[in-house]
Amino acid sequence: MDEQFKSTLDAGQAPVMEPGYTFGTVTEKISAIVLTRPASNGWFIGFGIAFLLTMMMLYAIGYLFLKGVGIWGVTIPIGWGFAIVNFVWWIGIGHAGTLISAILLLLRQSWRNSINRFAEAMTLFAVACAGIFPAIHVGRPWLAYWLFPYPSTMGVWPQFRSPLIWDVFAVSTYATISALFWFIGLIPDMATLRDRATHPAARIIYGMLSMGWRGSARHWHRYETAYLLLAGLATPLVLSVHTVVSFDFAVGIVPGWHTTIFPPYFVAGAIYSGFAMVLMLAIPIRKIYNLEDFITELHLQNAAKVMLATGLIVAYGYGIEAFMGWYSGDRYDAFTIWNRLHGPYAVPYWSLLICNIFIPQLLWIKKMRTSPVALFLLSGVILVGMWLERFIIVVVSLHRDFLTSSWGMYYPTRWDWMTYIGTIGMFLAAMFLFLRLLPAISIFEMRTLLPEAEVKE
Amino acid sequence: MKRDPVYGIMAEFDSAQALVDAARLTHQAGYQRIDAYSPFPIEGLAEEIGFHRDEVPLVVLIGGIVGGLTGYLMQYWMSAVDYPLNIGGKPYHSWPSFIVITFEMTILFAGISAVFGMLALNGLPMPYHPVFNVPRFSSASKDRFFLIVFSSDPKYDLAGTRGFLQDLKPRSISEVPS
Repeated sequence: MDEQFKSTLDAGQAPVMEPGYTFGTVTEKISAIVLTRPASNGWFIGFGIAFLLTMMMLYAIGYLFLKGVGIWGVTIPIGWGFAIVNFVWWIGIGHAGTLISAILLLLRQSWRNSINRFAEAMTLFAVACAGIFPAIHVGRPWLAYWLFPYPSTMGVWPQFRSPLIWDVFAVSTYATISALFWFIGLIPDMATLRDRATHPAARIIYGMLSMGWRGSARHWHRYETAYLLLAGLATPLVLSVHTVVSFDFAVGIVPGWHTTIFPPYFVAGAIYSGFAMVLMLAIPIRKIYNLEDFITELHLQNAAKVMLATGLIVAYGYGIEAFMGWYSGDRYDAFTIWNRLHGPYAVPYWSLLICNIFIPQLLWIKKMRTSPVALFLLSGVILVGMWLERFIIVVVSLHRDFLTSSWGMYYPTRWDWMTYIGTIGMFLAAMFLFLRLLPAISIFEMRTLLPEAEVKE
Repeated sequence: MKRDPVYGIMAEFDSAQALVDAARLTHQAGYQRIDAYSPFPIEGLAEEIGFHRDEVPLVVLIGGIVGGLTGYLMQYWMSAVDYPLNIGGKPYHSWPSFIVITFEMTILFAGISAVFGMLALNGLPMPYHPVFNVPRFSSASKDRFFLIVFSSDPKYDLAGTRGFLQDLKPRSISEVPS
């Protein structure tokens, strides 16, 4: 039996998995969601709304291509508006999936086994949403491929001394590795679905996706090696991605951006918002699909603790920003802090402090960490707070920099909102499809948690 | 050479422990061309059937080195050799600025090598395999454990091997047609 599984049982805490399951029942319970359970009306309504929001996003982007970025609220001096806010927000949300699947694997946290699959799906869909924004905000989106170093007739190459081009490589590597990690994890489960499915089309499709997996001991050995190495590669990668995103700001000289605290504080904020999204997805999924035996109270509590810890790192980051504003003696840095607290965007800034620092302190109370409803609401608050943080960083820093003559204001237009809310729809639509088409929990990794999986030499 | 109509003899077991024990005894009895199938990875099972050379780490190492070199040399060649551009008075060969992309390319190539190297070494994708002809084998992806002795094994003979596997007290025994 797994060490952690044993110790939680002994201590009388919530276990990683409720006892009483066998290899067969675990398999049936998870694969039934995909193979036999009919789609409910609730699923169709939820997917329908998400799909309509996706269409709204496509409409907004189509109009953008027709008219140009003038339909957005961006003006000089605020050349980076919602597009960059939303990009950073989405890419940050994705980070929790990689943290759960890779870092917790290296740390041998077996509780990750029941949430890694859909957390990785969340990563992939969040990165897809994030990727839209830089591509459409470049002004001439049909030339976005200029970001990649390809041999063009112009003879020029990208400017490798700029963090913006680092970001292109970081995010595209992250998207590729996340997709591979997700796919390699799915292969053995695809074989399970291939062998369980009754519909011929399902057998053929799952059969092709399973790559002909047959569970040979030699294959498992190489598979586990590759999986572990991929986890080892994804761990520094995920930390690098938000670090590089923060370089987009920190390498600039704008007051409020030019600080060395940015990389760690961006990474912590990414994991903070990512775990909030994991909980917002896990809590309804475990309820609707009766998966409380697999996604137990332990998972909710652990996620809550990660949120509490990363939230405190984020709070420390805010504190250091304020402290450095005063301690640096730089009048522009000091003014940036004053402007956040008292300027025209004071309401978003104070809301950010309330959402990200004050309300999450409720997580110190055990009752809050064990109540799914409370955690769901709290996660929503954190997601709003983390979105506001990116708004403050992008917009409020730009709107008043060194010269009063170049000050300005930023007001998002309806096209900004339609694109942003549309990506939430796209994210949810993809999640809805994922739940019905692929096993939302890793079946083979759940089998390894069972006491019967233990073998004595 | 005439192809043996039997691909191998397959024994089915109820538990991971039974499979590991059976695999050890079969290997100790001198069978070399054997394989074991399980619905999840079992630690030590591959070693019991005589598998010791896992080349995946080497493939990943090579991928990582190639990726890192590609990343760095690409940037060096493009910025300092093919089209040197003076930007803000920075040196053409600004090596600290090249580190991030070098790192990302190392991870990218190593990760791709891990996945495709693993698949290639495993001989996947392979949609057809004789073991799938055994109807009971569909449980290998659920809750059953299988051991096979291939007919290409030097020690193999139909009756003898079947009798040997029978002594391991399996749940069932099947001949895998090739």
